[in-house]
Amino acid sequence: MVRRNIAVDYPLALLALGLSLAGVATVYSAGQTDVSTGLVNLWRTQALYLALGLGAAWIVSRVTVRMLDYLTPAIYGTTIAVLTLLLFVGRGAGTGQHTKSWIYIGDVSIGQPSELAKIAVVLMLAKVLSVRGETPSTLKEFWRPALVVGAPWLLIMLQPDLGTGLVFIGVFFAMLFWAGTDWRLLVLAASPVVSLVLAFSTGLWGAWFLLMLALVLWVKPFILESIAVVAANLVMGVVAPIVWSRLSAYQQRRLLVFLDPSSDPLMGGWHVMQSQVAIGSGGWLGKGFTAGSQKRLGYLPEQQTDFIFPVVGEELGFLGVVLVLGLFAWLMMRCIRVAGRSKNPFASLVAFGLVSMIFVHVLINVGMTIGVMPITGIPLPFFSFGGSFMLACWLAMGLMIRLSVEGRGRADTFVI
Amino acid sequence: MKFHPNEVQARSRAAAGTLFLAMVFLVGSFFRAQVVQHASYLLKSEENRLREVPLPAQRGMIRDRRGAVIAENVPGYTVSVLSPRQDSLRAVLARVATVIPISPEQTDLALRRFRRSANRPTVILNSASFDIVSRLEEHRLLFPGLIIQQTPKRFYPDGPAVASLVGYTGEVTEAELATAAYLGYKPGQQVGRVGLERQYEQRLRGHEGVRFVEVDARGRVVRDADTRDVVLPEPATPLNTNIDLDLQRFVAGIFGDSLTGAAVALDPVTGDVLALHSGPSFDPNRFIGGVSSAYYEQLRNDPRRPLLNKATQGRYPPGSTWKLATAVTALELGLVRMDEHMQVPCTGAYQYGNRPFKCHLAKGHGSLTLAQAIEQSCDVYFYQLGLKIGLDRLIAGGIKLGAGSRSGVDLPNDNRPFYPTEPVAEYFNRKYGPAGWSGQGPSLSLSIGQGENTQTVIGLAKFYTALAMGGEAVAPRIVRGDPIKSRIFDLDSATLAGLRDALTGVVSRGTAASARIQGVVMAGKTGTAQSGKVVAGKELNHAWFAGFAPADAPRIVVAVMLEFGGHGPRAAHIASKIIEHYLRAAPVTFIKTEGEW
Repeated sequence: MVRRNIAVDYPLALLALGLSLAGVATVYSAGQTDVSTGLVNLWRTQALYLALGLGAAWIVSRVTVRMLDYLTPAIYGTTIAVLTLLLFVGRGAGTGQHTKSWIYIGDVSIGQPSELAKIAVVLMLAKVLSVRGETPSTLKEFWRPALVVGAPWLLIMLQPDLGTGLVFIGVFFAMLFWAGTDWRLLVLAASPVVSLVLAFSTGLWGAWFLLMLALVLWVKPFILESIAVVAANLVMGVVAPIVWSRLSAYQQRRLLVFLDPSSDPLMGGWHVMQSQVAIGSGGWLGKGFTAGSQKRLGYLPEQQTDFIFPVVGEELGFLGVVLVLGLFAWLMMRCIRVAGRSKNPFASLVAFGLVSMIFVHVLINVGMTIGVMPITGIPLPFFSFGGSFMLACWLAMGLMIRLSVEGRGRADTFVI
Repeated sequence: MKFHPNEVQARSRAAAGTLFLAMVFLVGSFFRAQVVQHASYLLKSEENRLREVPLPAQRGMIRDRRGAVIAENVPGYTVSVLSPRQDSLRAVLARVATVIPISPEQTDLALRRFRRSANRPTVILNSASFDIVSRLEEHRLLFPGLIIQQTPKRFYPDGPAVASLVGYTGEVTEAELATAAYLGYKPGQQVGRVGLERQYEQRLRGHEGVRFVEVDARGRVVRDADTRDVVLPEPATPLNTNIDLDLQRFVAGIFGDSLTGAAVALDPVTGDVLALHSGPSFDPNRFIGGVSSAYYEQLRNDPRRPLLNKATQGRYPPGSTWKLATAVTALELGLVRMDEHMQVPCTGAYQYGNRPFKCHLAKGHGSLTLAQAIEQSCDVYFYQLGLKIGLDRLIAGGIKLGAGSRSGVDLPNDNRPFYPTEPVAEYFNRKYGPAGWSGQGPSLSLSIGQGENTQTVIGLAKFYTALAMGGEAVAPRIVRGDPIKSRIFDLDSATLAGLRDALTGVVSRGTAASARIQGVVMAGKTGTAQSGKVVAGKELNHAWFAGFAPADAPRIVVAVMLEFGGHGPRAAHIASKIIEHYLRAAPVTFIKTEGEW
């Protein structure tokens, strides 16, 4: 019998495991309520998902980087196919009743392919960016990575699932950065979106627009690109608000709800308020594990998934929050180290893509619960209840462990 | 791809820096919420989940002089709802209406209550029957936030017999809540409406307690909150009154539903109100928990005005009962003696100016002494006595005897009588114009208790305590307390004895002779007062009697007035029954029965 052993990056694995166990405990606590929420036994399921995730991670950690590189196009292709299929057979479930994110066999939900698509996109983007000898140095050269992300992004936005779409965009920019693209170029590429966000205030948008012009003059991209960037900013800043203001209130609401079903403008504010109240009332040490009153009485929306972090905040207090965020930060530092150490560009890019994926999730999810990020239905890694996402997180960890092993130049050890 | 190790290291640092900044940003946000603003968020989370449910206090019992119950509390139920928002209250009300009958008015009322204090349970039903409560309990799961509480409910065992005294309780109104007098009251609370319930509201209400319940995000009550202590309600101490419930029942029994008028019985020594009744009465128990509009309309539209307290609120010309005030004024001024005759004997009328003023006895009384004039209630004698006193002194005397003052009884509707004010000329000029009255003219009417003079029954009773006690009037008091006495006239003992004899003569030989009681020497004066109301060509009269007994050592003063009730002797009959009942007289002495009726 042949056993292949690898030198596991134990700090990394233990950090992820620690976070996952804390996550299962928090899901358990989320089920401890005074009002019937049907969440009492959810933690068992979550523990099962964790076990599945660990198994998947173990398997993935056996796959060499070369093999992964080789399989990437197939994985990506399959993902695109499944996401396309999903637009026809997908159904809503859980928090996203009106989306087509879920795949079903009969009446049994199998999972959310978009969670796993995140990993496929990271892999494909790493392949595309590492295959080319040169780093994209002009906006025109963005087309290939943009296509890699854009295709699944569009498919996911059609479900629609704004949160996952946001993750894609974050990962896209992060990986371009890691590939060595000039940050100013990235800013130029992102500038139309910023213009759209700032369009509500003429002053802010004007300042941003001047900044853009200065950046364009500094970077001096091709003339057509310059014009395109400036034009895009103009359109976003000037036209979008006009179009928006022509829409009636209900049309605006419809559009917002379409973009993000979980952001019901009427209920959204209430949810964030209750989440903040839960966190704020926790104080330094919290109300005690399972004893959070906001949670117990059902004031937290989706306390087992999107709003699971307020449970930590309410019950374990500021110290609990710092501990959990510290563990996340440590884990991500560890992953950045893996990416930095890796001699193989593909491996390095995969590692950085995966950590940026986790980063975007943590930043947006945690920030949303305290009201500093917009409400988008985006889960917290290792904590939020859900099989597909737990699987995706542990697949990422499995890959990371593999990348860590190979990055340190330690070959597989074969034990006979 | 640029992948030189130095470049990678620089990017690693940039990535780590970004991660660090993001984490600082997040931790900072949490620090602000959890440490800096902790207190305010903690308060919000408490406000979120805790709702105060009032625990109504037991309203103080009202007892009679022997401790018998006039007003008490019986177990009742209130049904209320905790709702986070008005529309959810509306939804719950709609669902409640499928189980028990709820009128649109009740729905509106509940919504108004909610708008006034949304954090308290909104009262839907003030006094629900056990049947209603059990039907609601059956469907409890349908109604999130429903609170059914045992709440003490006011009960008056004697109902209509004590209504004029105690009044009733009702829910505090929105208009009242807006006033300073009802500071601290909350919608749905019960307050005393009229009578003692209102007069002694602050003593009777007790202190409401409160418990806190935890509610979930949908406003459903989850359990009692353990973090805050229950404040138990403090029941009010019983209110002990001077009422003789047995006598009160007896008086109310005489009036029944057929007599219209009022009767007041006082202890002339202490001012204790022994009984006070206004007939016809109403059932105060039907007001508890909200009076039905049908019953209320019936009471309002009754021409006999059951809701008007005829003992304290109603003002009636006192008629001949007021002749004692005229007599006392003249005696005190030294203008007359008890055995003094007037210039003009009674021939059935007295000519003043170009107009004859009639006596009630058309054939005339002849020449009488003051004592006889009181006994026979001779109008002609008193016309002359009034003229002799003169208008200014007559009115000043009346005011001194309390004609223009409230009785001072501890009830909310103790009305001030109508009586001329001083200076007299100014008063009449204002009222009639300088040409509208002649110099002494009003004296004639005023001297026999007509004209510009209407009194309350209880006020007249107070005046008669002074007649009983030799000039010392005592303020009527329902609730126990020290007597408030005031000397309103001063006469020598011989004159006082003469007055008493005259009043005794009224009952033994005079106008009230038919009302005499065997074994008790009763003193008093009848009155037949013109009401000004004419039916079928005949003027309706108020029948009066005011008196006391036993005459030599008075223990009870009674004033009885029958609205449009005919002649004084009718009232005297009732008064004598009341006195007889109170004194439970044994037939030990017989009094003389000669003389006219």
